[in-house]
Parts: sequence; C-alpha cells; structure tokens
Amino acid sequence: MIILGILWELFRNSKLSLAKFGLGFLTSSQWNPVTEQFGALSGIFGTGMSTLIAMILAVPVGLVIALFLVELAPPKLSSFFGGAIELLAAVPSIIYGMWGLFVFAPFMATYIQPFLGKTLGFLPLFKGPPMGIGMLTAGIILALMILPYISSVTRDVFRMVPPVVKEAAYGVGATNWEVTNGVTMRYALKGIVGAGFLGLGRALGETMAVTFVIGNSHRISASLFASGNSIASTLANEFTEASEPMYLSSLIELGLVLFLVTMVFQVAAQVWLWSIKKKLAV
Amino acid sequence: MVVEYQKEIGGMMILIKSLKFRHIKNNIVKVISTLTASVGLFFLCWILYEVLKRGIGAYNWAFFTQLPTPPGIMGGGLVNAMVGTVLITLLATCVGTPLGILSGVYLSEFGKGTRIASAIRFINNVLVGIPSIIIGMFIYTLMVAPMKSFSAWAGMVALAIIMLPVMVRTTEDMLNMVPDALRESGLALGAPKWKVTVGVVFRAARSGILTGVLLAVARISGETAPLLFTVLNSPYWMKSLKEPVANLTVTIFNYAMSPYRDWITKAWGASLLIMMAVLGLAVFSRLLLRNKGTSN
Repeated sequence: MIILGILWELFRNSKLSLAKFGLGFLTSSQWNPVTEQFGALSGIFGTGMSTLIAMILAVPVGLVIALFLVELAPPKLSSFFGGAIELLAAVPSIIYGMWGLFVFAPFMATYIQPFLGKTLGFLPLFKGPPMGIGMLTAGIILALMILPYISSVTRDVFRMVPPVVKEAAYGVGATNWEVTNGVTMRYALKGIVGAGFLGLGRALGETMAVTFVIGNSHRISASLFASGNSIASTLANEFTEASEPMYLSSLIELGLVLFLVTMVFQVAAQVWLWSIKKKLAV
Repeated sequence: MVVEYQKEIGGMMILIKSLKFRHIKNNIVKVISTLTASVGLFFLCWILYEVLKRGIGAYNWAFFTQLPTPPGIMGGGLVNAMVGTVLITLLATCVGTPLGILSGVYLSEFGKGTRIASAIRFINNVLVGIPSIIIGMFIYTLMVAPMKSFSAWAGMVALAIIMLPVMVRTTEDMLNMVPDALRESGLALGAPKWKVTVGVVFRAARSGILTGVLLAVARISGETAPLLFTVLNSPYWMKSLKEPVANLTVTIFNYAMSPYRDWITKAWGASLLIMMAVLGLAVFSRLLLRNKGTSN
C-alpha cells in the first residue's frame, strides 16, 4: 500500500519534468536552476561511484569481520566485537556526517590523499588537489556505515551452516582457515551476495553523511578527489530552495529514480535471501 | 603395488611438510581477521571520542535553557530544538508503535502461513530498506505541498512510516519465539484466540516487544533527511503542530554548514546529545534482551 502510494505520488509530481526532458533526463549532466535545464547524470554517477567505492571497501572487510566473529574469536570476544559493530550501525547518519566533515576530511587531506597522489598519482583516479571532501571520502564513510549491515547478515548466514559439516572437516584435520575457506564460505557464498545487495541498497540511499562530505557540485570527474554529488545529497541540499515548479518537479523525479533503483536492489536481495533460506532449511 | 605404496608415502611426506605451512597460513589469517575487526572498533571509538570531545565544549547553562541567537551573535541555546525533537519522536512513536505491533501480531498469530502474510512480510522487508529521504519526499508531496506549510504533523507521519516496518519485524520475531505449547495450553482451556494472544503470548513476549520499540525509537530519533522535507526547522518556540518546528537533527545540518564558529560548536553539542540518546537506547535495549535470554 505505502509503496504503491509513494510510487504514484512521486510519479505524479515529477510529470512536469518528465514531460519536458523525457529520457534525456537520465543522460544529461546539465544542472542549471536559472535556465531550468536539469539532468540527472551527475547525480547518478556520484551515487554509483560513491557506492562502488563503499562496496569495494566494505564487502571484504565485512566478510572478514563476520568470519572472525563466527569461526575464530572466543565467544566472549565475539559478543563484545559483535556488539561494538552493531553500535556502529546505531550511530545516526548525521553524526557520521559531522565526523566526516570536521574530523575525517581534514585527516584525508593532510595524510591519505597526498600519499595516494604521490604514489598512485599517475592514474587519473588520484589526480587533483587534496581537498579532503569529495568522492573518495564519501565512499569511505559510506563503507563504514554499511559495514555493520554486511557483517551482521553474513554472520547470520555463517551461523546457518550446519555444524556437522564443519565438524566433519575439523575431524579430518583441517585447520581453522581450511574449514572456513573450503566449507563455510562455499556454503554461505549466496548469502554473502545477498548481504552485499542489502548493503548496496543502504549505500545508495544514504543521505546526510554523503551530503556533508561529497562537496556538492554538479559535475562528473574522473578523479576521486574531486567533489561531486549524489542523488540523495542533491535532494537534501536543494529541495528547500527549489521554488520554481520545474525545479521542484525535477528534484522529485530524481527521487523517483533513486526510489526505483533501491526498490530493485531491495527486492532482488529479499528474493535471493529467501530462496537460500528455503534451500538450507530443506 | 610397490609403486602405489611409494606414492602413498610421498603423499604423506607432502602432507607432513605442509602441516607447518598450513598452520602458519592459519595463523596469518587469524591475525588479519583480528586486525580487521579491530579496525571497525577503532573507527567506532574514534567517532565517539571526537563527538564527545567537541560536544562537551558546547555545553553550558544557556545551551540547555535559551533559544537560538541570530546568525553571528554568540550565546543562546537549543532548548526549543530539544523539545521539538522529543515531541516529534514521541508523537511518531505513539502512532507507529500500535500499528507496528498489530501488524506483527497479524503476521505471527493470525495470518501465519497464508499467502497474504508472506506478501506483507516481503513488502515490509523492502520498506525497511527504502531510503528515509524518499519517505520524507513522499510526505512532502502528500502533506506539505497541499497544506502549503512544513509542519510537525508531516514530520510525525514520516517518522511513523519509517518506524513501522522495524516494529512489524521485531514484533513478529519476538512473538515467534514464544513456544507453541503456551498457545496450545491456552487454547485447550477454552480461551478464544484473541484472549490467548493478549493474555498469554503478549505477556511472554513483553520485554522483547519493548526492546523493539526502543530500537525503533533509537532509529527515528537520529533521522535527519525526512525531517528536512517535512518539519524543516525554526529558531523559535513552536506555537502549534501545523508549522515548522525546531528539531536537533536539522539544526545540526544547518549549523554545521554555516560559517559561524559558535554555531559549529553548537552543532557538535547537539550531535553529542543525539548520539548519547541513540546509543543509550541501543545499549539499554540490548541489555534488556540479554537479561531475558539468561533468565529463560
């Protein structure tokens, strides 16, 4: 009910810009409130890019943390670390934003980015002045934010691996790592993919933290140091300023795009996880 | 025969030789994974530390008792925003909790195994993952635009919608943990289904549901994006629920983006308040759940 309602409302309110720009909305990187030229490309690019960085960082780390919690750590340590990681999920996104803007961005600008620029500066990815804010910083903070989701879902999937199988492997003399690599991982691979999808959905729609650190400029740049914008950050920044109906309607269409994309990922993740649960239960 | 025997010996040798190597590999993996988990912990501590350090500095008597000052003027406080946040969160909880619990009860007690129930469960799970900013936008087009004013009501509805799926899910999980034998014995005594649900199942799952409420409140009290579209912000005391109302999270956003040092300090102060509230709720509810786990 609510989902249909959201879809309909967003669609209705973005009719104006839909009618004017058509499919070109998705492929134009123009964004000019004065001349009323709007295109979503830079937002889509920024959302995709920052999410990609986040996923590259968060999936392996989340995976390793889940492995640590389930297979390697003694129970007491495991519950302590598990609780701490879950607290990381409870921290509101605006706190991440504050921390990102005032603490982490300067840290990036003085230490990490000059270092990357020096060592990997020949790649277009790491060119440009180290400003601190920008795509890379946004991606790292997003990674931090989705990490708890990925590791807790992965942990649940690992726990669903039947102990008999693991014990059998230990019984023939396999080490911890061999059991993990050869048995648990193989069993849980599909679940890990599902966890990744869930994290992806989170990262795509994350607003406040990204708004704080991404720099908010409507352009597409190859460098990870450059500022950019994401769909959600554009919405948060400009929505209250939008006075022209055309402007407003374009923003709402941006929201519609974001909504549809996250919906697709969420539904895919749900169906995927559900089918695994069914299989493991049998 | 001899060849096969030699092969076997050779295999054993490789195995023994590699045993050391395997253990080394195993230990390397252990070290790496411990380090990785520590990285997560490290970032948590770093964030907590910075917010605490910078937030404490903002606290004085005025911060908790006075209204905000105009831009550039020192002093003042955020008392209106604190009241506003608490009020909106409370209102949203009042709306979202009963609805969420009822839906959870339906899923676990009455609609169990039916097609409608699994469809609702599916949609509910998808709804959990919908970005909160989209919910805010939805309420904007639905309530703010027609009424031509940002209002506390709109914010309340938005937060209630965000809270709803969380409540539904935890309620269902908690009710599912109640053993069927309890239900059956209630039914065997001749009690109607609703009476069993209210008198037996609820009582057994009480603390679990309370935990769910706390977690949901923790989630919405830190929300910013949906409030930006619905409640907005205001430097004054609120007069009615039909107008923009001051709240902490949007204040943080506005203040942090401002060039005034004093405001940025205030934003840290507000961040610390929100963080303490949210983490406090999260830790408290987890302790509640753990106590229950050990007593049973």
